[in-house]
Amino acid sequence: MAYSDKVIDHYENPRNVGSLPKDDTNVGTGLVGAPECGDVMKLQVKINPATGVIDDAKFKTFGCGSAIASSSLATEWLKGKTVDEALAIKNTDIVNELSLPPVKIHCSVLAEDAIKAAIADYKKKQEESGAVKVASQHAQPSA
Amino acid sequence: MKLPIYMDYHATTPVDPRVLDAMLPFFTEHFGNPASRNHAFGWEAEQAVDKARKHVADLIGATAKEIIFTSGATESNNLAIKGVAEMYREKGNHIITCVIEHKAVIDTCKKLEKQGARVTYLPVQKDGRINLDDLRAAITDKTILISIMTANNEIGVLQPVAEIGAIAKEKGILFHTDAVQAVGKVPFDVNAIKADLVSLTAHKMYGPKGVGALYVRRRNPRVLLAEQISGGGHERGMRSGTLNVTGIIGLGRAAEIAKAEMAAEGARLNALVKRLNDGLHKNLDELYINGSMEHRLPHSLNISFAYVEGESLLMGINDVAVSSGSACTSASLEPSYVLKALGAGDDLAHSSIRFGLGRWTTEEEVDYVIGKLTTVVRRLREMSPLYEMVKEGVDLSTMQWVAH
Repeated sequence: MAYSDKVIDHYENPRNVGSLPKDDTNVGTGLVGAPECGDVMKLQVKINPATGVIDDAKFKTFGCGSAIASSSLATEWLKGKTVDEALAIKNTDIVNELSLPPVKIHCSVLAEDAIKAAIADYKKKQEESGAVKVASQHAQPSA
Repeated sequence: MKLPIYMDYHATTPVDPRVLDAMLPFFTEHFGNPASRNHAFGWEAEQAVDKARKHVADLIGATAKEIIFTSGATESNNLAIKGVAEMYREKGNHIITCVIEHKAVIDTCKKLEKQGARVTYLPVQKDGRINLDDLRAAITDKTILISIMTANNEIGVLQPVAEIGAIAKEKGILFHTDAVQAVGKVPFDVNAIKADLVSLTAHKMYGPKGVGALYVRRRNPRVLLAEQISGGGHERGMRSGTLNVTGIIGLGRAAEIAKAEMAAEGARLNALVKRLNDGLHKNLDELYINGSMEHRLPHSLNISFAYVEGESLLMGINDVAVSSGSACTSASLEPSYVLKALGAGDDLAHSSIRFGLGRWTTEEEVDYVIGKLTTVVRRLREMSPLYEMVKEGVDLSTMQWVAH
C-alpha cells in the first residue's frame, strides 16, 4: 500500500506525542478504539477554562501509520482552537488533508471520536469540580 | 549489504541461478512439445521432463509416475480435494481439514460444502498443531479425505503428519497434505508419513512461479482422481494441458538442489533464526512467539511485538521485506485467521511479524534487522497508549474498550 507524503511525514515526525496530567481538571482525555480492532487512540487537550481555548494537545496511538497520522494531525489542528471550533472538526477534513484511501477512513473517524471524547471528558470534569459552566459556551470566538 | 533486505521467503523465493541456467535452453533451443511423439524435438523435451519428474519424486520419496505437474500448489490442492470428492462420491462425502490451512484448501472445501459435502475444520492448539484426539473423534464412516498441511505458511509450525497419516491409513481414509512450505526445507517422505496426495510448488524452493506438482499415490492404495481440467489426457489423464516444460525443468533442478543442500541449509538458517530471536529478546521485552518453537520450519519465525501495531511496524522498517498478520495489511480489515486460531488474542495478531529467512540471508542482514526493529519498536511503544497503561499497572484485559 502506498502512503501519502503527509501520512509518512506524520508517522516519521509525529507532532505532540506524549501525555498530559489526566487528573488535572483542565485536561480532557479521550481514549477510543480497541486493541483487538488494531487501533487505540488516546488524545488529550488542556483547555484554559477562562477562554475556552485549547492550549495544548497530546496523543498516543496504537495503530497503523494512518491512525498515527490522523491523531498527530488532530493535535496539531486542536492547539489554539476554541472548544466549539474543535468540535467542528470532521473526519472528512482529516481524510482530505492526509489523502487517506477508503480502507483508512476509519482512522479519521477514530480521530474525530477521540477529539469529541476528550472534550466531553473535560466538560464532565469541569462540571464535577463545580467550576463555572463550561467556558466555551461563554467565550467569544477569537477571530 | 544491499537494501532492501528480503525476509519474506514464505511468500516466494528468488530463482536460484543454477535453476535458471537449466531452464534457459528449453525456451529457445529445445522448445519441443513433449507430447510430440514422432520427432526429435518432442523426444528431447520429453526426456528433460522425465528427468525433472524423477528429481521431484526423489525429493519426496516417491516414484516418477506418481508426480502430476500442475500450475502450482493452489491448483494441486484444488485437484486433490475436488478430484477425491468427485471420484469417491459413492463412498462418502465427509472431508476433515483444519482452520489454519491455506485459503486454497479452505475455500476449496467451502465450495464443496455448497455442493453438498460435509467438512470438519479441526481447531488447533495454542502451539498451532491439531490435536490427534480431535482428528480421531471427527472421523465418520462417510469420511473420504483428511487434508492437513505439513507446515503452516504464517507461523511455520509443522503438523504431526506421520501420526495423521497413520490414523488415515488405519481407517482407510485418503490423506492429502499441502506441503508447499515444507518440501525442500525439511526431510519429507511420502511413505514415512503415509501420504496419498501431496501438493508442492516450485517458487517456494528457488524455482520459478507458475509450476507445481501433485503427488498421487499409485500403490497401496492406487488413488484415483476426477480430472478438473479436461483435454488431451496429459499427466495420466489427471491434468490435461501442454506441459510447462521450462517451468517443470526449473522445478526439477530446484528439487535436485534442495535434496543435496537441505541439511546444511536448514542448519545454517536455523542458527540465523536463533540469532534473530535471541537478539530481539535481548533488546526488547514483551515479545510473544506465535506457534511451537519445537515443531517449526528451520527458516521461520513469527513474533508479536505487544502494544505495537503491525502495519506501523512495517512502515518503520520499510527497508526490510517481511509480512504482518495485522488487519491493516489485508484488504479485509480482519487480522490473520491463523493467529486468531491460536487463541493468542486479536491484539497480538495485529502486532505480529513473520520472518522468513532463506538461501541468501546473511548474518549481517539479521543483525541489521535486529537493530532496526529494536529502534522502531521502542519508538512506537513510546507512542503507544497501551504500553503506557501497562507500565502504569493497568490490566488491559479488564478495560472496557469501545469497539468500532
